[in-house]
Amino acid sequence: MNAVDLHSGDDLRELYRELILDHARNPRHFGKIDHPTHTAEGINPLCGDKLRLSVRVDRHGNIADASFEGSGCAISVASASLLTDMIIGVPVAQALTCFDIVTQRLTAPDVDHERDIGIDLSKIKALDGVREFPSRVKCATLAWHALRSAMHGQTAPVSTE
Amino acid sequence: MTQLQKCDQPQVADCRQDFPALHQDVNAHALVYLDSAASAQQPTSVIEAVADYQREDHANVHRGVHTLSHRATDAYEGARDKIQSFINASSRSEIVLTSGTTESINLVAQSFCRPRLDPGDKILITHLEHHSNIVPWQIVCEQTGAELVVAPINTRGELDIDAFYSLLTDDVRLLAIAQVSNALGTVNPLRDIIPRAKSLGIPVLVDGAQGVPHMPIDVQSLGCDFYAFSGHKMFGPTGTGVLFGKESLLDAMPPYQGGGDMILEVSFDGTVYNDLPYKFEAGTPNISGVVGLGAAIDYLSSVGMSRIAQHEGQLLAYLMQKLGEVEGIRLIGTAAEKSGVQSFLVDDIHSHDLGTILDHQGVAIRTGHHCAMPVMDFFGVSGTARASLALYNNAEDVDRLVEAVEKARQIFA
Ligand SMILES: Cc1ncc(COP(=O)(O)O)c(C=O)c1O
Repeated sequence: MNAVDLHSGDDLRELYRELILDHARNPRHFGKIDHPTHTAEGINPLCGDKLRLSVRVDRHGNIADASFEGSGCAISVASASLLTDMIIGVPVAQALTCFDIVTQRLTAPDVDHERDIGIDLSKIKALDGVREFPSRVKCATLAWHALRSAMHGQTAPVSTE
Repeated sequence: MTQLQKCDQPQVADCRQDFPALHQDVNAHALVYLDSAASAQQPTSVIEAVADYQREDHANVHRGVHTLSHRATDAYEGARDKIQSFINASSRSEIVLTSGTTESINLVAQSFCRPRLDPGDKILITHLEHHSNIVPWQIVCEQTGAELVVAPINTRGELDIDAFYSLLTDDVRLLAIAQVSNALGTVNPLRDIIPRAKSLGIPVLVDGAQGVPHMPIDVQSLGCDFYAFSGHKMFGPTGTGVLFGKESLLDAMPPYQGGGDMILEVSFDGTVYNDLPYKFEAGTPNISGVVGLGAAIDYLSSVGMSRIAQHEGQLLAYLMQKLGEVEGIRLIGTAAEKSGVQSFLVDDIHSHDLGTILDHQGVAIRTGHHCAMPVMDFFGVSGTARASLALYNNAEDVDRLVEAVEKARQIFA
């Protein structure tokens, strides 16, 4: 292998980190939850990703449970899995702040993303490799767009196209 | 390899030199272009023909007495003559220039079918079709109350021929069928099907988008009534396409769009439409694109369509063999009669992930549903990776593809 190959291999390894592959293969919170209060579908027509996100918000405004169904590429499934992991037990407002941070982190890497919002964002760093692959940012943000549209009560599917 | 070297006959192998886009690095690797079914690269002769036209001959066609307008008209109409002889149509009136296969099919749906369809009439298509040979028929069925009937396929991706014939009944008002499936590469047995349809008096439209670039086409011996194809899949510019239609049918059809060029005389009391094929060419056409399409036809003719078909056939056999040896591979589309397309999936890797990993190694393939969602549903997948061949591909391209797929397997191991 020459130097170029090694370099390009590194980019791919950054994209498909162990944590991403693990969440893609064994997605957390995959399936249905009881009595969802908010749901939304996310569609990425380019690669056929199709996810349905369901959330149950309790009367204190906290996300009591969340899950997703559907199919997609490793990046979109891992991202949805990480999302559900992160938002359960979190107030809705904070989860939406999370949306801002994740989308900025992937599209405007120069901004300071380290601000403390009281949620453990460490896992989301696993998606950083996506920055080198602009065509995959839509996959990584699909579930997050679905979360936002679910919380805003939209019923039409969101598309990242 | 010895078997394959035979297929790299001097001329076909040399073609690669004529395509500047193929000689570049992508992501620090020499480009391997295996996405010609989506859109083919252009040879220098096409690029130059378009540039020369733009530089020296451009003016509107059919409209001016001045010299440039004559030159533009000659170049545009000259391309029509080339197309006529390339597909062996009996008259230049039968060559309608469109923006692509999609427009050609919509033209037939609206101009030929819509006025003749009654509720209960049927249009027959197959499960293999590209969305552009599905949706225009859904629209016209909705407009008229006609019914869209879909002939099934088997697990190899071939038309289920017995089921097909049982659906080919005399209440079918049009059969619309692909010559070659863009998602699976299946070549439909048109030589059997078309005579059978004609014996029942059923008009036939052939979607030739994936046929023309890869095999000799003779619309008269094929016996179809309409034949639609796109310039950009046959090494010409985008935004160009052709509808071949039998003169007697085109003649009886109302215009598709109204505007300049498609008329002889306009007054507020009424309008006299122009002769064929101009009746169907409203407005200023894609002149430079059509000039490029003419150059693409010259190019293909100089290489020879039979030689191209032979080269691609041997390369496809090599591609299927090599991909088939990859552990965990699933080849989708294994018809007995195929043209240079292979869809596949490997292990449980999503096609989009495969596409990214291959692109990173300079290998361009298409991933996703290939505008053939019903085919994907049939095979129970959301999409596939698809490698498609053209005259400029060679065994090394196939080897690079297989190497890149192995790399994807390592990353996902
Ligand atoms: C079989 C088939 N039919 C129709 C089309 C549509 O062609 P275009 O997009 O050039 O109109 C394509 C191209 O994608 C095709 O492969």
